[in-house]
Amino acid sequence: MALQAPTLDRPRPATVRSRPRVDIPRIVMHGALTLVSLAFVMPLLIIVSASFSSESAISAKGYSVIPRQFSTFAYRYVLNDPSAILRAYGVSILVTTVGTLVSLAVMSMLAFTLAQRSYRLRRPLSFYVLFTMIFSGGLVPAYILITQYLHLQNTLLVLILPYLVSPWFVLLLRTFFSQLPDEILDAARVDGAGDWQLFTRIVLPLSKPALATVGLFVALLYWNDWWLGLLYITNAKLVPVQLFLYRILTNIDFVTSQSQFAGQSLDVPVQTLRAAVAVLAIGPIVVAFFFVQRFLIRGITLGGVKD
Amino acid sequence: MSYRGNPVIAAQPSDTGTAAATRSDQTGELRRDGDGARSSEAGDRRRPRSPGRARRLRRDLVLLLMGAPALLVLFVFHYLPLAGLAIAFEDFRPSTGILGSHWVGLANFRYLLVGGDAWRITRNTVGMNGLFIAANLLVSLGLALLLNEIRDRSRWLSRVYQSTMFLPYVLSYVVITNFVLTFLESNTGIVNHVVRGLGGSGIDFYNSPGWWPLVLTVVEVWKGAGFWVVVYLAGIMAMNPQLFEAAALDGAGRWAQIRRITLPLLTPLIIMNVLLSVSHIFNADFGLFFQVTLNSPTLYPTTDVIDTYVYRSLTSTGDIGMAAAAGFYQAVVGFVLVVGANWWVRRRSGENALF
Repeated sequence: MALQAPTLDRPRPATVRSRPRVDIPRIVMHGALTLVSLAFVMPLLIIVSASFSSESAISAKGYSVIPRQFSTFAYRYVLNDPSAILRAYGVSILVTTVGTLVSLAVMSMLAFTLAQRSYRLRRPLSFYVLFTMIFSGGLVPAYILITQYLHLQNTLLVLILPYLVSPWFVLLLRTFFSQLPDEILDAARVDGAGDWQLFTRIVLPLSKPALATVGLFVALLYWNDWWLGLLYITNAKLVPVQLFLYRILTNIDFVTSQSQFAGQSLDVPVQTLRAAVAVLAIGPIVVAFFFVQRFLIRGITLGGVKD
Repeated sequence: MSYRGNPVIAAQPSDTGTAAATRSDQTGELRRDGDGARSSEAGDRRRPRSPGRARRLRRDLVLLLMGAPALLVLFVFHYLPLAGLAIAFEDFRPSTGILGSHWVGLANFRYLLVGGDAWRITRNTVGMNGLFIAANLLVSLGLALLLNEIRDRSRWLSRVYQSTMFLPYVLSYVVITNFVLTFLESNTGIVNHVVRGLGGSGIDFYNSPGWWPLVLTVVEVWKGAGFWVVVYLAGIMAMNPQLFEAAALDGAGRWAQIRRITLPLLTPLIIMNVLLSVSHIFNADFGLFFQVTLNSPTLYPTTDVIDTYVYRSLTSTGDIGMAAAAGFYQAVVGFVLVVGANWWVRRRSGENALF
């Protein structure tokens, strides 16, 4: 690694290049970064290890990065009756898929119209979108509206609709669309393409990278959400994965506090069960992370809304 | 609601390599009235066939229809609730609704102030968010500088470090609560294991409010630093490499380069980000304060923030009027802060302003 040629984006001058091979500050820096990186993944490793440990090993000796006593008891306990967790998975997958696709569709359509310079409603509508970022009514009015007037509680719609349009992503997509080369768009217009054709045939195919990045962030938002479920879902059949995990978490605490109170022994594998459910909840995210993290990271620097 | 669109991206030096020519006439039409009108006329003249009045109307209609679904969602979930702000001034009963409930003026606000809750939740919200802003800045800036130093000769490794730090960003607070429990549980928790191993006595974290400013700051930085590292590293990478070459030729070492070139050039970006974070200082991350603390009442002295207070007043204590009053207070102060911050940014450097 140390012998690698300097890269193009910042060539080092000759004086720096003829540095001795053993570069102590550099080793120290790598050491520090390795430690920091370990600190960032350590909790993840510990929870995976805990989920594969026996409850007694954890109670006796504490957590470890490698299971002291390998056991799949926690997973067997969870999956003994897998219908609940499978159902939660089903709800999350459905909400995430439908939510992300519909969200991308409606947001990119709006963003496309806001990117048309000759659209007369462009400025008022841009402000209409922006204003929702600046001023929000907060939880109480939204809650009253959804439960008392729209009666959306305990429906799948309530897990999807509130997140469907993020003003921030609309403005991001608008910026991206308005940076597409004018020549291509004008050429299509000369050939008689209307706005809808322009949008579906030219703009969308050219914007795949931006759509992919925004789509990933939206999917993450839906998959990780427990807030809407916490507020509006009481029907056990509609509980998404994150809320399922939250309920297990609070129920275990309830179980343990009760049993300590009564002085009973406990046969629920508390620590390992919690770990196993956490692993099941983050599994898809972490696996997907390895494939898509480049796009997420690129998405952060995608470009300014204002450009 | 757990995603807060992060305004920092607006402050990014643009390195996306798009045509600079198309950009210049689009910059900031939201605030320059005259310019916006002129550029749209210019756009029309360039069009091959100048559309007639009816044609133009039809086209606007098509565009309006295309935008309609998203505009409708925004109307229902962002604009309609604004009418519900009136609840803050009512003795609200679900049975009589917003229009039928009794108007009580400022009574809800008076209760909020008299009970002392207003001061506690304001202090916790602003204080904790202030801690988060400072800690996130220090840690992510330090890591970005460190990554930048090793970046040119260890590209692959630097990407691995960066991705690792970014990983917690994609986890939900429910999952993170599990992680925190493995560390802080009183019996089997890792921290207490270590403390007892060193001869100390265990700490009952979930009943000791004094520890939580520290705990929540660590959790927040652990989850959020990866994001900010990406932001600051991108800022550094956009700098002109010739500056560093010239400095190196003049004999400036790494440290001198960081202090005299990197940091000064990064200052505008830092100021912008801090300012935009400060403009959201009245909005706490509900997941962090509600989930990670296990909503433990003994911790409220340091962890009860406006958002958790509103949630609790609404769902468990059932005091909808008070919840609405606290929410109204948060919305108004938040609005003033965002507009103020934007005004300040726009005065400094127009293109980084949000609106």
